[in-house]
Amino acid sequence: MLRTNIQLDSNGRLRHFLTIEGLKRQMLVDILDTAESFAGVVDQRVKKVPLLRGKTVVNLFFEASTRTRTTFELAAKRLSADVLNLNIAASATKKGETLLDTLQNLEAMSCDMFVVRHEESGAAHFIARHVAPHISVINAGDGRHAHPTQAMLDMFTIRQVKGDFYPLKVAIVGDILHSRVARSQIHALTTLGVSEVRVIGPKTLLPKEVESLGVHVYHDLVKGLEDVDVIITLRLQNERMQGAMLPSEHEYFQLYGLTEATLAAAKPDAMVMHPGPINRGVEIESSVADGPQSVILQQVTNGIAVRMAVMSMCMGSHANINHSEGGAA
Amino acid sequence: MRILIKNGRVIDPANKLDATTNVYIADGRIAAVGNTLAGFTADQEIDATHKLVCPGLVDLSARLREPGLEHKATIASETRAAAHSGITSLACPPDTDPVIDTPAVIKLIRQRTERAGYSRVHCIGAATRDLEGELLSEMGALKEAGCVGISNAMIPIKNPLIMKRIMEYAATFDLTVFLFAEDSSLRNSGCMHEGAISTRLGLPGIPEAAETVAVARDLALIADTGVRAHFCRISTAKAAQMIARAQYDGLAVTADVSAHQLYLTDMDVGEFDSQCHVRPPLRSQRDMQGLREAVRKGTVGAICSDHQPHENDAKLRPFREAASGISALETLLPLTLRLVDECRISLSDAIARVTAQPAKILGIEAGTLSVGAAADLIVIDPEQYWSLTKETMLSRGRNTPFIGWELKGRVEQTLINGMLVYSAS
Repeated sequence: MLRTNIQLDSNGRLRHFLTIEGLKRQMLVDILDTAESFAGVVDQRVKKVPLLRGKTVVNLFFEASTRTRTTFELAAKRLSADVLNLNIAASATKKGETLLDTLQNLEAMSCDMFVVRHEESGAAHFIARHVAPHISVINAGDGRHAHPTQAMLDMFTIRQVKGDFYPLKVAIVGDILHSRVARSQIHALTTLGVSEVRVIGPKTLLPKEVESLGVHVYHDLVKGLEDVDVIITLRLQNERMQGAMLPSEHEYFQLYGLTEATLAAAKPDAMVMHPGPINRGVEIESSVADGPQSVILQQVTNGIAVRMAVMSMCMGSHANINHSEGGAA
Repeated sequence: MRILIKNGRVIDPANKLDATTNVYIADGRIAAVGNTLAGFTADQEIDATHKLVCPGLVDLSARLREPGLEHKATIASETRAAAHSGITSLACPPDTDPVIDTPAVIKLIRQRTERAGYSRVHCIGAATRDLEGELLSEMGALKEAGCVGISNAMIPIKNPLIMKRIMEYAATFDLTVFLFAEDSSLRNSGCMHEGAISTRLGLPGIPEAAETVAVARDLALIADTGVRAHFCRISTAKAAQMIARAQYDGLAVTADVSAHQLYLTDMDVGEFDSQCHVRPPLRSQRDMQGLREAVRKGTVGAICSDHQPHENDAKLRPFREAASGISALETLLPLTLRLVDECRISLSDAIARVTAQPAKILGIEAGTLSVGAAADLIVIDPEQYWSLTKETMLSRGRNTPFIGWELKGRVEQTLINGMLVYSAS
């Protein structure tokens, strides 16, 4: 059966941004290039461009988040949009209101874009399928499924540091099973054509048939890091101990914690990334997180430009981007 | 009322009959099947030339949602949809509200079924009180009231000791135990088959072992207690093999599969299509092939609809939160007939899987055109192509992933107890 990509409009332009999967390489490169043009804006004295002036962006967060929500808010404001932050975290749904009810209420307030975070995989697709046609949906994380803007800001950071994707070997370390970030990173990396993606972790934290995503699986950290250019460590949630997925933080750190010693297995110029927030001494040693190879804070900075790029492209205004407008706003 | 059904291709697997001939019906029963019947004058004749005439379908599992969930469907709405779809007898699982754990509920269902005047409904009683998996239900009374078996519906019995007691107590009354093989610990929060697709979608997976572990445990307990048992809606090829092995070893076990498991896989979940949220989940291509093979061989003896009608809203949620189940009465016959084209099963065998064999599993007199049997039969136009659309569905539940499928074979007439309850023309 032929399925049309819900993320694209009839001209093949980005309409929603829900997942990296199914997007062409050129689309990802366009996002990165657009983000690069915005990175300049961020450094200007007046940090605004008028691309989304008069538009209303709703940050619809069904799950708590500070960093992601803040960067989306900043991105929207720098595009001159009006921003509404809604933290629905279970309150409305506990009263029996369904997700669809919530959406219809917001649509009635004539919004233009929903930035959605939800604990259920597929929630962003569900919302995109049911919103009025003029509304764009950006996935800010749905369950274990996808977190595409995070993945794109990671790609942006990698390109900034390494230049080209083709020769790179990238290792993602930790809880792949529960990680929407890892899934989106894997799709982005394979689409952009890196030479190898590895996932490293114990079997309890790797999803079934993960190889089908196009990655190589390692259970030994040092072996997995050998000859690697980019290391992405993932956050380990405390609750993984409860579900009998791991015996202790201590053993996890011993086996999979990124330390100066284990980092030495990678290439000398390997960059260290983390989507944050970091657990120092659990998945990463402080001296590595704060060390010269770490780009963790650079990732956060890049988050704004990448989200500006995705938002403006979804609103169909990416063709109008013009640096000179920046100062005029 | 005396009815003559003329010149159809009569298929009656229980009597190994497949011939173009007549069926004579008198006083609600089959009077004869053959070319002539001396002294028979028909009040009504149905010309079945180029049509199939076969026993009415027997569906091992159809939820009618009454009592308790009438906002989803009612006995009247669903038995009518069943009759129009060629299903003349169906078994109703005990997870109504209140659950079928007392004779009073059975009586209520019977009364409403009779008032509706369509398909026959057989109750499967609750194995434990309120389906809570702790206290035994009054199986003696349930049997007395007419239950065709007992089951704990889709609520797995976690404690093997309680399962053993259920089997022992059911065996006391010669009741069949209908088992839903799912290990709830292994299922955990899963909502689709664990594999490449669940990994891609980030949906919690239900491993194959959630089924095979439960089948293995229950097979051991069946062997231990000697109860007659039936595995409902198996979804994995491995479980089918384990059951085939147990049958070979002489255990009194049977199994069924829902029709959708023979056509859909986890791939069909696509981008979170909640119409494909079912339990047990749609499995892999390999499982689907294995189940088809088991149906062909007969180790999985029956195909059922596993009809679960829902109101529209129940599916309008993110995948995992959406209610599971398919409104499936209307696709049981065409999907069963399609097996003839797709997997080397004879027409007679395919029809047996939805007539004689489920009737035998339920221990009811149905699913055959034997002389003297109740005249529950259908006339099918086997060459008619049609599409399932939401607008034309008769069930209250329009929740099905088969919308838009081109289906072949449609019911022309349905007779129950010798009465014409549905006629397309």
